[in-house]
Amino acid sequence: MVWAKFLGVRASNSRGGTMPRIEIRFHGRGGQGAVTAAESLGEAAILEGKYALAFPEYGAERRGAPVLAFTRIDDKPIYEREPILEPDIVVVLDPSLPPQIYLKGLKKTGLLVINTKRSPDRVAEHLRGSGLEPPRCVASVDATDVAVKHIGAPIVNTAMLAALIKASRVVSLETVKKVIYDRFSARPRIAEANMKVMDEAYEETEVVCL
Amino acid sequence: MSLTLEKKEERKELRQVVSKRIAATGNYAAALAVKDADVDVAAIYPITPQVQIAEKIAEFVANGELDAEVIHVEGEHSALSAVVAAAATGARAFTATSSQGLEYMHEMLYIASSLRQPVVMALATRALSAPINIWNDYADAFGMRETGWIMLFSENVQEVYDNLVQAFRIAEHPDVLLPVVVTLDGYILSHTIEPLEPLGREEVLSFAPKRPRGYRPVLDPDYPITVGTLGTPHWYYEAKYQQVVALRESKRIIEEAGREFGKKYGREYGLIEEYMMDDAELAFVSLGATASLVKAAVDRLRKEGIKAGMIKLRVLRPFPVDEVVKALENVEAWATLNRTISYGAAIEEPLFTEIAAALAVRGIVKPMASFVHGMGGRDIFVREIVEMYKKLDEIRKSGRKVKRTYFWGVKGHDPEEDQAM
Repeated sequence: MVWAKFLGVRASNSRGGTMPRIEIRFHGRGGQGAVTAAESLGEAAILEGKYALAFPEYGAERRGAPVLAFTRIDDKPIYEREPILEPDIVVVLDPSLPPQIYLKGLKKTGLLVINTKRSPDRVAEHLRGSGLEPPRCVASVDATDVAVKHIGAPIVNTAMLAALIKASRVVSLETVKKVIYDRFSARPRIAEANMKVMDEAYEETEVVCL
Repeated sequence: MSLTLEKKEERKELRQVVSKRIAATGNYAAALAVKDADVDVAAIYPITPQVQIAEKIAEFVANGELDAEVIHVEGEHSALSAVVAAAATGARAFTATSSQGLEYMHEMLYIASSLRQPVVMALATRALSAPINIWNDYADAFGMRETGWIMLFSENVQEVYDNLVQAFRIAEHPDVLLPVVVTLDGYILSHTIEPLEPLGREEVLSFAPKRPRGYRPVLDPDYPITVGTLGTPHWYYEAKYQQVVALRESKRIIEEAGREFGKKYGREYGLIEEYMMDDAELAFVSLGATASLVKAAVDRLRKEGIKAGMIKLRVLRPFPVDEVVKALENVEAWATLNRTISYGAAIEEPLFTEIAAALAVRGIVKPMASFVHGMGGRDIFVREIVEMYKKLDEIRKSGRKVKRTYFWGVKGHDPEEDQAM
């Protein structure tokens, strides 16, 4: 129950209430589905009766370029429409992105969810080796491996959503699976493959909290 | 244990079905409103960031979910021409555009309102070239202030839908017969996923029913009329004055629509929305999705014990002058925050000139200032708006006269320097 530990240590809600506000930032490259991940997470939160805003940072969109997307979840209407500078959770779809960029502003009590072959301990070690302080919790999964296995392409967004959910329980896996399934409902084969991706990534994700 | 959880999930699902709460972008909400309003004719030339409105409507028609004529046009000038003509035959007509597209249809904007054709338009607000910029500001919307349209601004995705539903009822009302534009901030609303409770066609058509074809003068081969004749100096002026009166009087219908919407669906709309204004000493006036950020700033300032409030202009045309004056009567200082520039104007932020004039003719003068920020999609952060409130507080305390607009957030520029120019 490491995730419970993560939720317990977080205190980011500025307006009181039963569920603290959660701010999540996705880092990926064009083509990996970071925007779809942020939107699907927001949609899942809304279907669970919460308020959410999900939006990408719009630039000139092209494959391979760094992409940022944001999801803000609360139990009240959200007025903050600004980009998320101090996230509670950072999700890294592409491990080749520089950690100086994706760790920027991540709360010390926060959670890093990263697509890598490394274990969370090794990720933390590696970050310290680069002179960076890892956040309180780190979760890792080899999302590329899982995605290639089931989808045949390194589109890791659904795997990373499953990893995020295992580490944070911000929404239920079932709701996100429903959202993803509906998104691909016109292409049932892809929808089914993504269900397998999410189940396996969820299983494979390791979470360590300091 | 698992059984209880399952039951809980079931109950949750049931509640969702009843409230029909979905997740949607502003563009999707706009297309859904058009579908639910059972529009007869749509002509839309796609332009970023409005494209998905055109795509979705075409999809609804192709799927048979909407029985409408989609006219494929080669540009925005034709798009508005087509829907004005469609409206002249009595059809419920819709178009959508953004930025350069709105500029391209500009001459038709005047024609739509002068011919008193009740078309409805969604405008995904976006900066104007040059330099080329696809991101949000209100330069396009503010460029149509003088065109005789009713202008509704939306703060969030729900308001995009609700405003459009009300727009059809307002535009087609026999006491109005004017075109209505509903804005949605480009990207900030057009592409952001938010909760949405759509009403469905049955509700929308009961709130904004299609009237029998003959309720207003329409083009009909059996009873020929002419639309768009020459207006000589003998009569042109009188036609223009009728537009003045029509816009003034549309206020009553807009208010009535907002009130009844609230009664039926629990979301009441006024010409303005006041946020924490009851005991406010410092007030900002803003509009669109920018108003959300100002509300967030007000929340933070209130925690610091500063009596801040906000006025959101939901309706820009006809300008809700009485409501704004009443709301600002008791504050100690007020300011505007806008994402557009009136180049070369006495005060370069255009909301300010309007509000200051409305107060001045009533003999109300108090510390005031105007702020521009967020041009071309530049992010406005809540902490910056908090700083603006503190600037206004300083102006209130010092009694200093602020004669120029503050251009906030320009790189390498101290906004106070504007005062010296």
